[in-house]
Order: sequence, then structure tokens, then C-alpha cells
Amino acid sequence: MIDAVGVRKSFRHRPVLRGIDIIVEEGETLAIIGGSGCGKSTFLKCVIGLLRPDEGSITVDGMDITKLATEAEIAQYRRRFGYLFQEAALFDSLPVWENVTFGLKYLTDTPRSRFRSIAGDKLALVGLKDIEDLRPSELSGGMKKRVALARAIAAEPSYILYDEPTTGLDPIMSDVINDLIIDLQKKLKVTSIVVTHDMRSAYKIASRMAMLHEGKVLQVAHPEVIKISTNAHVRQFVDGLSEGPIKMKIKEYEPPEDEEEQGRADETARRR
Amino acid sequence: MIGAFFGAGGRWFLETAESAGQFALMVRSAAFWFLRSRVEWRQVLIQMLRIGVESTPVVTMTTLFTGMVLALQTGASSNALLNEPFFVGTVVGFSMVMELGPVMSALVVSGRAGAAIAAELGTMKVTDQIDALYTLGTDPVRYLVIPRVLAFVVTLPILKIMADFTGIFGGWVVAYFKLGIPTNTYWHDIFDYMEVDNFMHGFLKSFVFAFAISFICCFKGLTTSGGAEGVGKSTTAAVVVSMTAVLILDYFATAVLVALGIT
Repeated sequence: MIDAVGVRKSFRHRPVLRGIDIIVEEGETLAIIGGSGCGKSTFLKCVIGLLRPDEGSITVDGMDITKLATEAEIAQYRRRFGYLFQEAALFDSLPVWENVTFGLKYLTDTPRSRFRSIAGDKLALVGLKDIEDLRPSELSGGMKKRVALARAIAAEPSYILYDEPTTGLDPIMSDVINDLIIDLQKKLKVTSIVVTHDMRSAYKIASRMAMLHEGKVLQVAHPEVIKISTNAHVRQFVDGLSEGPIKMKIKEYEPPEDEEEQGRADETARRR
Repeated sequence: MIGAFFGAGGRWFLETAESAGQFALMVRSAAFWFLRSRVEWRQVLIQMLRIGVESTPVVTMTTLFTGMVLALQTGASSNALLNEPFFVGTVVGFSMVMELGPVMSALVVSGRAGAAIAAELGTMKVTDQIDALYTLGTDPVRYLVIPRVLAFVVTLPILKIMADFTGIFGGWVVAYFKLGIPTNTYWHDIFDYMEVDNFMHGFLKSFVFAFAISFICCFKGLTTSGGAEGVGKSTTAAVVVSMTAVLILDYFATAVLVALGIT
């Protein structure tokens, strides 16, 4: 179970998360929806410990990430997660099979002689074969996402965090990824958080949905409830309307990408 | 106007101090991981190939011509003063071994391999590959920085020795074919006066340069932000800062070695 309480995060005095309270139950898939810059990806990075919240706590299986101090403790905490990055973030210099098994070397005691066969198995799980020796630059966008997904599940994590899994893909490939997420959920019995603003995807894969706006949770509910939500902000977002209470506020609030990125760069360097 | 000037100066000072602090933390982290984890030797070998082998042609070319220029200038000056090209080998040999070998090889390698490192790590940073390393159970300093630092520390001194030889060889080409100095005289001019300490002076400096270039270029790469433009900026900054650092550290390293009597 993931239990986030009062999570706050600012970049250069600009608040991005303003007190997030979310509980993700064992085995469920929670889709976090919301406009660009509302803090979805920032929250996901706080959960896995890539960013440290300024306030609040995130407890996973009784372990609070905000209380972990040493690199070894944080590494131990991260062992239980698989993370799918928005742009796949495959290592350009390594072939596909080494990308898939990269984490096994550091997260498990699996003998290296088994890496190649494990890579084949995990790639088969995401519907790919005979691409083990290709480089990431030789793959299409959809294939990269699937290889990244194979990498995320290679060490058999208990939790998978998806950051915009369908962004940049055509509708058919998006649906293939959605089916994969559902399929993996059934086969691996993992707990997942999916950050997305693709409503079709969110409705299909989520057991519950949480709407974020201006760094706060507006509503957490079953997808069928979200569809008929009476909250004006949620209503506007799920219907994809330009007119409504969100429009101007998002533009006023949206932190500049550079600033957020710089803030992350500073934090990464500080952590080191 | 004055307020704005001091404001900008203050901001620059704070940013520089912050960067210096982050740099120190990265060096500390590298020391920690070096002592606490298994070195990624495969990565070290890959980087040695990239830094060492691939830099060899450009280091050879630049130092060959540097030695040739030195010989030509020394011969011309000596001819003008004494009507005879005296001590050409001595000047070329000592200049290359103590100063130009280590400095030229360091400058060339920071321009070539240092830029490549900053661009590679910068691209990894802006495409989330650095964050991916964290999520896959390792630390970028351990996986990326330490192999590059070790590769630099092994290859730069070797390149320095090569630079010494090619520079001295270039000097001999000019001394023999242009100035008419017999080969024996040229080599005697070098080895009659040169001692092991003279060699060690330049050799030890190349280790200092190796640490400086590798850490600076890795740091610039890992602190990249702002997409493709940011990668360009950090690559340029890596080359400028590491080249400047080589020249500044050259003075201080020389001062320390002189104080220790290694000259």
C-alpha cells in the first residue's frame, strides 16, 4: 500500500504540490489525471524517491521515503518499484536485452548467465521478440515504450509507476499499451500508479482515478463516478472543454518547464 | 544602476558558490562509491578506448607540430645570436617533457573527450536516463562518473608520454632536415641534461589534469538542464572550464612540484 499524506513540493519557491493526500490500495491501479504542470509527474517522482517532498510523508509497506537518509536505505526502498518514463529513457549505448536486464545487476542476485533468457521472457510478456540485439535508436516509439515496460518489470517489482505511458503514441499503439498494463496487472498482481491526461486510457486501465489540480487532489473515485462527476473542474477536464474554471488558472499556475527541470537538476546535484 | 550591478554580482557569486558546493559533493560521492562498490571495469575499458585510443591521432598531430615549431624557433634564435643552432634538443626535450607534453595533451583531450563526455551525460540527463539509473538501483556517480575518471587517470598520463615522444620526434625532424643538426647531437642535447625528476614533473601534472578534466566534464553533463540547447551550453562550458582549469592548475601543480624539488 502507498500512503501519501500532506505531500508538498516547491521548485524555487514555486509550489507544485500543495498537500497531496492519496492512498493506493494493494493490487489496484490508480490513474492520476490532470492538466500539464499540475504536479502529476512530480508526485510520481516523490513516490519513488527521485524528488524529496518538502513536507508530508509517503509510506510504502511501512517505509516512509521522507525519513530515509542514506543512499543504501533509499536504494532498498526503490527495489520494490518499477518505473516507466514518459520518453522511455532507454540507455542509448546498450542493446535492448541489456536495457531490459540492467536493474537485475543492482536489484537482484540473479546470475548474469540468465540475463539473456530473462530479457527474452520479459520482452515476450510485452509482445516483442527477436529485438534483443537492436539498439534503442532502431526502435519505433511504441516499441521503446514496450521495452521500457519490460525493463520496469524485469526485477519483478511490487509496484509499477507509469509516467504518461501513452503520450506520443498513435491511438492503436496507445490501446496496445493499455492492454499491456491491464495484462501485466493480472499476471503480476502489482499495485500501479498511472499518471496520464489520456482519458480513454485512464478509463480503461484504472480501478480508481484521482484528479489533480494546482497541486491538490480534487477528487478520488471509481472511473464510472469520475465520468459523471459534478465537480466543475473534474467535469471540464474529463470532457476536454476549453471553457470552464480550469482554463486560465492552469495557464497562470503552470510552472515553466525550465524552472521545474532546473529545480530537479539542483535537487539531484544536492542529493549527490 | 549600482544596485543592479551589485545584484548581478551577488547572484553570480551565489550561483558560483552553489556550483562549487555541488561539485565538491559529487567528488565526495565519487570517493564514497569508489571505496564502497565494485568498479564497473567494463565501462572503464570502454571509456579508455574512447578517451585514449580515439584521442591518439589528434594528440599526436598537435604535439608533433608543436615540437617542430619549437625546434624551428629555437634554431632560428640560436642562429641569429650565435650563428649556430645550439641546444635545440635540450629546449625541445625539456619543454615537451615538463610542460608542453602534459598541457597540450590535456587541452586536446578536454576539447575532444571532455566535450563528448559532457554532451553524452547531458543528453542522458535531459532524456531522463540519469533518473532511470536511480530507479534501476544504481547511482550515476557510480555507473558513469567513476569509470570516466579512472579512464582519464589511466589514459592521460599515457597520452602525455606519447605527446613527449611525438613532440621530440617532430623537433628532430626539423633539427635534422632543416637545421642540419646531426641526430647524435640532438639526442645528446636532450639526454645529457635530462633526469628522472624532469620526466616526473610533467608526468605527475598529467594526473592532476586527468582528475580535473574528468570531474569537471562529468559535473557539467550531470547538471545539464533545458533540453538540446542546455546540452550545447553545458558542453561548451565543460570545455571552457576544463581548459581554463588545466592552465590554472598547471601553475599551482608546478609550484608544488618545485617546492618538493621535483623539477
